[in-house]
Amino acid sequence: MSESTPRLEPTTHVTASFVHEERLLFEQSKPGCRGIEFPPLGVPAVDARSLLGKMFRAQLAELPEVSEPQVVRHFVRLSQWNYSIEIGPYPLGSCTMKYNPKVNEVLANLPGFARQHPFMPEQWTQGSLKLMKELEKQLCAISGLAACTLQPAAGAHGEFTGLMVMRKWQESRGQGHRNKVLVPDSAHGTNPASAALAGCESIELKSNAQGLLDADEVRRAMGGDCVGLMVTNPNTLGLFEAQIAEVCAIVHERGGLVYMDGANMNAIQGKVLPGAMGIDAMHFNLHKTYSTPHGGGGPGAGPICVRADLAPFLPVPHIVEHDDGTYSLDYDQPQSVGKMKGFFGNFLILVRAYAYLRAIGAEGIARNAELAVLNANYIMAKLRGVYSPVHDVPCMHEAVFCDKSFKDNVKTLDVCKRLMDYGYHPPTMYFPLNVSGSIMIEPTENEPKEALDEFIEAMLAIHAEAKSEPKTLTSSPHRTFRKRVDETTANRKPVLRWRREVL
Amino acid sequence: MSKVETNCYYTKTHEWIRLNGDTVEMGITDHAQDLLGDIVYLELPAEGDSVTKGKPLGVVESVKTLSDLYSPISGEVLETNDAVAGAPEMVNADAFGDGWLVRIKPSSLDADLKSLLSASDYQAHCDSEEH
Repeated sequence: MSESTPRLEPTTHVTASFVHEERLLFEQSKPGCRGIEFPPLGVPAVDARSLLGKMFRAQLAELPEVSEPQVVRHFVRLSQWNYSIEIGPYPLGSCTMKYNPKVNEVLANLPGFARQHPFMPEQWTQGSLKLMKELEKQLCAISGLAACTLQPAAGAHGEFTGLMVMRKWQESRGQGHRNKVLVPDSAHGTNPASAALAGCESIELKSNAQGLLDADEVRRAMGGDCVGLMVTNPNTLGLFEAQIAEVCAIVHERGGLVYMDGANMNAIQGKVLPGAMGIDAMHFNLHKTYSTPHGGGGPGAGPICVRADLAPFLPVPHIVEHDDGTYSLDYDQPQSVGKMKGFFGNFLILVRAYAYLRAIGAEGIARNAELAVLNANYIMAKLRGVYSPVHDVPCMHEAVFCDKSFKDNVKTLDVCKRLMDYGYHPPTMYFPLNVSGSIMIEPTENEPKEALDEFIEAMLAIHAEAKSEPKTLTSSPHRTFRKRVDETTANRKPVLRWRREVL
Repeated sequence: MSKVETNCYYTKTHEWIRLNGDTVEMGITDHAQDLLGDIVYLELPAEGDSVTKGKPLGVVESVKTLSDLYSPISGEVLETNDAVAGAPEMVNADAFGDGWLVRIKPSSLDADLKSLLSASDYQAHCDSEEH
């Protein structure tokens, strides 16, 4: 696109909300103001002070005193500052921000699921146990692995659980001394952290010139003190690890195991069986790949699947399906790593994922992968003449660019901030770390061609602006409620809690 | 263009050392601070800690990312730059001067120096890393 291309007017296709500045509820508090009037006491009063004794609090909690409309307006106003997948495209690379179908919410709200208590006896919860067992089977079928636990509450929690299971398996074979984990520099950032939490040291493997994990590098690094390898496939450059089968064989030959971070399953589900590639354990991010709510701080779900001989080490309870069609919980698993989460994981999230998987079916799973990859490649093809791809080859689920084509004028941060003016959530930036000024764009299968075209137009317009009016970018965003924030001061001198001004 | 000081030795992971009598000052390079962006927090070793060449000795956090600092040499920490810990922006402003991080008493300096880069080799390394 030439610089003479007319500038797209920002947010022509997105309605700006009617937004207000908003004070904290604490600042709105007026002594004596209340949201609810209680009726006069109809029973004899008790003396709380003498009943509670030392437990009686000396001072009242300083809660905000506000009316009901104030509270409702407060939260609705705050929600208007926000951006979500229900407002517009959210191409946050590596995060697979896809729309959450509303029917999932309806099903998760069925009283049989929503009103259950985890302490209810097994005979009253047969439906829920069946749903969990069926979801386990679906995930095993997609992964090509034998056994599953639904307990982990997030992807990184799944990584930690997987590593614990792998270490227990090695311990049972007299290999408990292994405490190093190989992690490619194109893996997810949580991988080295999970390794550390599992008591291991992570050893970084450098990608080769094609941005891929190299079998020779694994051969060089994989020693007798290594638990194994954690690999993200496709990796964070949006590329499929072509040498994965050879890499897994090397790790296995030397007594190690291969863990796969399944965060990018959206690209290969229904097309590739991780178990067949040689993966021994992996997690799914149900909140990415299977459309459960995502990005609000949880709850998430990161079930893991493992090969058959790792199954005895999975967390308890195991869900057992009996020949007569009933289900029970089995805590008698002496080799288990123990419990990884209260009760059975984030159950209502599992209901949503199950509903989604049943709705799209096996064909839908494969079609999602096809469309997610097609959409990312459409963006790659339309932008590669202007932005610089890190690797100019067909990609998987995300298109990754570096800052080469614009860094003389503006920074990656400025390009991403400017995208907000055009009505988009910015893509992931400055990750992976081995790319200069990285921009990772993951459109997912959700966006139709028209939406992709609008996004591409915005990206091209911003690139032209970077040359013709860089100040517009460096001072952006201009159309959001909060403009450019001072991230440095926010990090150096964070204000993390409100304090009442003392008079 | 980032600055490179000729009187320093360098690592491929973008740390520098400068010999000063029998002690060694260490910091991160101007190129490193440029890549990191505004530095917001530094986690430095304590006085008396022993450090090993090639092993992490601290952490630098910027608005963009969190990175390990690797010790260019083995030895004992004599002093950390307290001023910088309270005002990490000094590293952005003067990476080779006021932004120094740690003073180390080396234990095997001659051997350690052999695998460090000269200013010109480091410059070439930075150029080759550019995408």
